[in-house]
Amino acid sequence: MRALLFYVFGALSVAGALGMVLNVRNTVAGAMSLVLCMVALGGVYVLLDAYLVGVLQILVYAGAIVVLFLFVVMLLNLRGEQLGPERQLPAKVLGVAAAGVMLLAFLVLQPALAPAAELAPGFGGYRAVGLALFTDWVLAFEATSLLLLAAMIGAVVLAKRKID
Amino acid sequence: MVEIIVKMLFIVLVMMGALLPLITWVERKQAAIMQDRIGANRADLFGIRAIGLLHPAADVLKLITKEDVVPRGANRVLHVLAPVIALVPAIVTLAVIPFGGTYRFGGSDLKLVVADIDWGMLYVLAVGSIATYGAVIAGWASNNNWSLLGSMRASSQMISYEVTMGLSIVGLFMVFGTLRLPEMAAAQDQTFRLLGFLELLGVASPLPAWLDWIRLPAWGIFLQPLGFLLFLACIMAENKRPPFDAPEGESEIIAGYHMEYSGMRFGLFYTAEFLEVPVIGALVATLFLGGWAVPWLSQATIVGGVSQAFGEGFATGFCLIVHVLTFLAKVVFMIWLQMLIRWTLPRFRYDQVMDLCWKIILPLSIANVFVTGGLILLVEGLR
Repeated sequence: MRALLFYVFGALSVAGALGMVLNVRNTVAGAMSLVLCMVALGGVYVLLDAYLVGVLQILVYAGAIVVLFLFVVMLLNLRGEQLGPERQLPAKVLGVAAAGVMLLAFLVLQPALAPAAELAPGFGGYRAVGLALFTDWVLAFEATSLLLLAAMIGAVVLAKRKID
Repeated sequence: MVEIIVKMLFIVLVMMGALLPLITWVERKQAAIMQDRIGANRADLFGIRAIGLLHPAADVLKLITKEDVVPRGANRVLHVLAPVIALVPAIVTLAVIPFGGTYRFGGSDLKLVVADIDWGMLYVLAVGSIATYGAVIAGWASNNNWSLLGSMRASSQMISYEVTMGLSIVGLFMVFGTLRLPEMAAAQDQTFRLLGFLELLGVASPLPAWLDWIRLPAWGIFLQPLGFLLFLACIMAENKRPPFDAPEGESEIIAGYHMEYSGMRFGLFYTAEFLEVPVIGALVATLFLGGWAVPWLSQATIVGGVSQAFGEGFATGFCLIVHVLTFLAKVVFMIWLQMLIRWTLPRFRYDQVMDLCWKIILPLSIANVFVTGGLILLVEGLR
């Protein structure tokens, strides 16, 4: 049951990603395909016992970031024609090629996979992730937040016409 | 498996089968009472009007039999998909809301929640964030500028309030130390001493017996009063009902994102909006109003008291029924409160909606997190 669901979600995420690349003409449909990809990825993470990452994948990427993409697409009324065929075609070819590589990797590597290791109790929950984040990886965490702060200040400076 | 299906059927039937049609009636009737008029009483069956209670049935008949129009130039697939995306999150949120506690019958435990997952509250936020697409896609796919304006408003409003909604309940997570909704509800099935801090500070230790009796239920609303107000404002803004209905704004942009919808497709948007009222009620009741807990009477007290006269099994069953009814009473109270707000406040101007979110609720939520953390550290330190 778990394996079956894993393949369903995996196939859905690849289909969503492909849909996004192939829908260059219709940008909103492309963004919705990206949502499908993100939600399916969330399902894959949950099936891999990474519950927190899975739910954050849906909450942050599917629920917030793609909404902002859509907002910008609608605000600027972006259409695929603005990209031009010389940039559309490589995107499509690369997308299909990436999907092909994935399928090949699955067919070749799948028989060689070792059985999954035993997980520690509470693996992937918010407690385990939080503890790891604020003890072992606290430096990386703080560096990331500094980077985000710098990006935020940069955006404010760019958006404000006159600094008083 | 059978147990899960029975629980699922119960919560969905109560919310969608009983409360949803009643709410459409309450909406009209409460509006009529508040505006001092007689109100919905025109739908009649052989002359029986039943104080307007036939209106929900008339609504459904009307919506089902109306023509379903897809405007020219619309994106057909997304136009059809949008109402579904709007409705499904409201239904699946019900999965993690506990409508009762844990009861021991014979040798097995009965837990009255469909899915008892460790990250329950994150699940609610994640599912709620998907609902944004319903409104956004509907407006875009309709090929109508008014609709597009509505969906732009919807996307910016909903995404802003999602951020603050998550932040406003961080204090609650800190107090209860869990994201699991049944655990949160169970933690509220107790009382705390209102003047207990005097003992901690050493002013009067131990507390005199008569002061020891002044107790409040350990509900979220008493432990996180500011969090309650902020969360209620955010979650009502997420539902896009008045006073936060700028995305629909009849007097400005006709009907906003669902202007080009008719028949049952419009009915799905309507259902989503109305279903979210009891879902919000259930969520707020679970987080802040003690869920299924009876104030001042813990589960142990009820079971202990009743089992002396009638035996253990009957007492547990009695307690279960009392708890489910208490939960539903709290949900009904929250529905009444939302209706009261809906018919009292006029619509916010669009910039006011955004200002309220980013300039008032966001700083207050962050302050709430820090104050809560400081208080928790102080109490732990004094203990």
